[in-house]
Amino acid sequence: MANPLAGVYAARHRLKESHPLTVLIVERLGLSLLLLWAVSVLIFAGIEALPGDFAQTYLGQSATPQSIANIRADLGLDRPITTRYFEWLGGVVQGDFGNSWASGAPVTEQITKRLGNSLFLAFFAAAISVPLAVGLGMVAVHYRNRIPDRVINILSLAAISLPEFFIGYLLIVFFAVQLGVATFPSTVYDGMPWSERMAAIALPTATLVMVVLAHMMRMTRAAIISVMSSAYMETAELKGLGAFKAIVKHAAPNAIAPIVNVVALNLAYLVVGVVVVEVVFVYPGMGQYMVDAVTVRDMPVVQACGLIFAAVYILLNMVADLVAIIANPRLRHPR
Amino acid sequence: MTDPIKYFASRVSAHEMNRREFIGRSMAAGLTLAAATSLYGKSAMAQEPKRGGHLKLGLQGGSSTDVIDPAKSSSQFTFAMNRNWGDTLVESHPTSGLAVPALAESWEPNADASVWTFKIRKGVEFHNGSELTIDDVIKTLNRHTDEKSESGALGVLGSIKGIENKGGDLVITLSEGNADLPLLLSDYHLVIQPGGGYDDPSSGIGTGPFKVDNFEAGVRATFVKNENDWRSDRGYVDSVEMIVMNDATARMAALSSGQVHFINRVDPKTVSLLKRAPNVDIQTTSGRGHYVFIMHCNTAPFDNNDLRLALKHAMDRETMVEKILGGYGKVGNDFPINETYALFPEGIEQRSYDPDKAAFHFKKSGHDGSVLLRTSDVAFPGAVDAAVLYQESAKKAGIDIEIKREPGDGYWSNVWNVQPFSTSYWGGRPTQDQMYSTAYLSSADWNDTRFFNTDFDKVLLEARAELDQNKRKEMYHDMALMVRDTGGLILPMFNDFVNATTTNVSGFVQDIGNDMSNGYVATRLWLNS
Repeated sequence: MANPLAGVYAARHRLKESHPLTVLIVERLGLSLLLLWAVSVLIFAGIEALPGDFAQTYLGQSATPQSIANIRADLGLDRPITTRYFEWLGGVVQGDFGNSWASGAPVTEQITKRLGNSLFLAFFAAAISVPLAVGLGMVAVHYRNRIPDRVINILSLAAISLPEFFIGYLLIVFFAVQLGVATFPSTVYDGMPWSERMAAIALPTATLVMVVLAHMMRMTRAAIISVMSSAYMETAELKGLGAFKAIVKHAAPNAIAPIVNVVALNLAYLVVGVVVVEVVFVYPGMGQYMVDAVTVRDMPVVQACGLIFAAVYILLNMVADLVAIIANPRLRHPR
Repeated sequence: MTDPIKYFASRVSAHEMNRREFIGRSMAAGLTLAAATSLYGKSAMAQEPKRGGHLKLGLQGGSSTDVIDPAKSSSQFTFAMNRNWGDTLVESHPTSGLAVPALAESWEPNADASVWTFKIRKGVEFHNGSELTIDDVIKTLNRHTDEKSESGALGVLGSIKGIENKGGDLVITLSEGNADLPLLLSDYHLVIQPGGGYDDPSSGIGTGPFKVDNFEAGVRATFVKNENDWRSDRGYVDSVEMIVMNDATARMAALSSGQVHFINRVDPKTVSLLKRAPNVDIQTTSGRGHYVFIMHCNTAPFDNNDLRLALKHAMDRETMVEKILGGYGKVGNDFPINETYALFPEGIEQRSYDPDKAAFHFKKSGHDGSVLLRTSDVAFPGAVDAAVLYQESAKKAGIDIEIKREPGDGYWSNVWNVQPFSTSYWGGRPTQDQMYSTAYLSSADWNDTRFFNTDFDKVLLEARAELDQNKRKEMYHDMALMVRDTGGLILPMFNDFVNATTTNVSGFVQDIGNDMSNGYVATRLWLNS
């Protein structure tokens, strides 16, 4: 008896032979969707498990049984949990994330603004820190165990060892309070002129760069050093290539996989993990938005934020894997 | 200068009071004629309000869940923001706490204080150009009290039975007499809106000194001057910007670098550091908020009054004020009222730390073993430290207190008003009646000390309808003693409101009503330079 699925398997195999990358991407995307769905279930269950519902926490001390009942009836919180979840899910698959329970405004609209702010800050922090980290890593390898290497290591380790809020406070004290040259608070808003916006994010960007620099720089250094000890690097040196050229042309491409992984993790952190920096600099990003929503159990907002954060992580990790595969022929053509 | 005179002086500067009036009232407040005359000259010269400029405030307490709708105002930020664009019918006097007219010009109760007639001010214009009418007032009150209301003021207005227009006057009928009704209408949720705000509760259109220019929840709000304001003694600046700053250090940095003119919630632990900044004035105001340790009077072992008294005497109040509030507060006396309330009961002996008495009552109670106290830093700032201090002072009386630290998230739903002994916080209320009705009446939802005393309930209801102030004061004296000596409340301290301004602004009024000059800060400040 022939397996009815045999044809499908065969087709998949053929496709994998001819377009290995496409198949891989499609498979990963499918898995990502499944993962996102699992995340949404977890978040929903998590909010339900938290003590106190939206009506209670939102009204706080001014709550009365009647106003709580009115809000619950208004939002349909008195219905079973599964009904509410599937209703929410039904909206999401149609692209409707619903309205915030607290403000009544559409979640999508608010999140676009906040996510825009977060990405704006993350973009500049990444644009500065990634080239800087990789460059400094290469410089450190070139001057391995000599003074420039030591200085780079000590400074970046010092920066990562300080808590991020403390770096923020130090920058504020020196540049905003004492010297008075930097803009503080870093509040950005609609219709803010571009130059003012750039001035506003100077200090938070500097803080973030210092926080993520060391991790990426040290990984670059370690990865390149391990490649440097391999035989083909010796060959490159013997055939007369300059040391720096050898690093750029032969060592770096082979060291790229671990570096890209670390860079992806740090980029994800720049988008989703900077709530402390946002609070210190009074910057209206996603982090504070989500924390506020969790505080009052504003489910549609928490869900949307959670899914975006999860999607950012999944996407960046996928990109990192793909880059590693593309950079390495052995992974590109698995046997 | 005593407080009332200081207030009169600031009103002179604000052109609200003329010379004769100022001297007359100050003399009534116990100042000699010569002193009053010279003071008038000084305040008028020193504090001529300047108009114009852009005022910036950095405020703790904003959240991205905030909305403009005053019915849903629950954060410090929306509280101060709504004062800018809206008015209530009645305001409370900054130093005496008594009701003063705002959008209601005057009012009159009937004999048993159950029917009240309010005259509504004429010629007041909303920001959208329409004139304030009695209909707007009635609809606003309806929106906060009807059966669909989600308003934070619903609990306050529960006894309202009818709201009517009688010959152009507002007539409110209550299910039982309440001598404090005008003050209840000063609640910050009850902002009068065109059409009652039924159509667009978050439009931000009101009768206040500033118009809403831009509002981004949890980020900032901006305002421009309302040129048609019905009052000239407020709203001195051209524009206001309120920025949400939830981090205490960020607020201090913004103020000391001159980026904002005012901040709220200065941490008592760092006030002394902020004071060192040359351009900063600390503004403290006695408040009604209090930090408390609450026992359930009906739950073992706290159902024994001797144990409750032992725990009350074991509290070292002076140390609490000094260590937890950094000195910015007053000791409490185990009833929830202090001298900022009208009709404050005088002559009640201050309870002090007395390990011997505590030990005596503890022994008499027959309780054996330790007492479990639950706490968390969300109860009030420094609650865990306060619990440890309390543990130390109780130990000297031979009482062993076991501290259980609870998670902050969910503290208000799982621990407060649920567990028999915990730390908590109460904000003040406009009147003694409201404070007692909220948390000490047997039937109150928030009777968080499980204080069931029928005598107390009876006096409370009688006092509510009593229009004779002397009789009423006596009743409040009796009620205070009942709570103090038989209740489950340990009240070591009332916290001051600690704000700070830069030295180039003036006009801050120490308003006992609430924090941030009772929320009116942006309407009262002006810029000097």
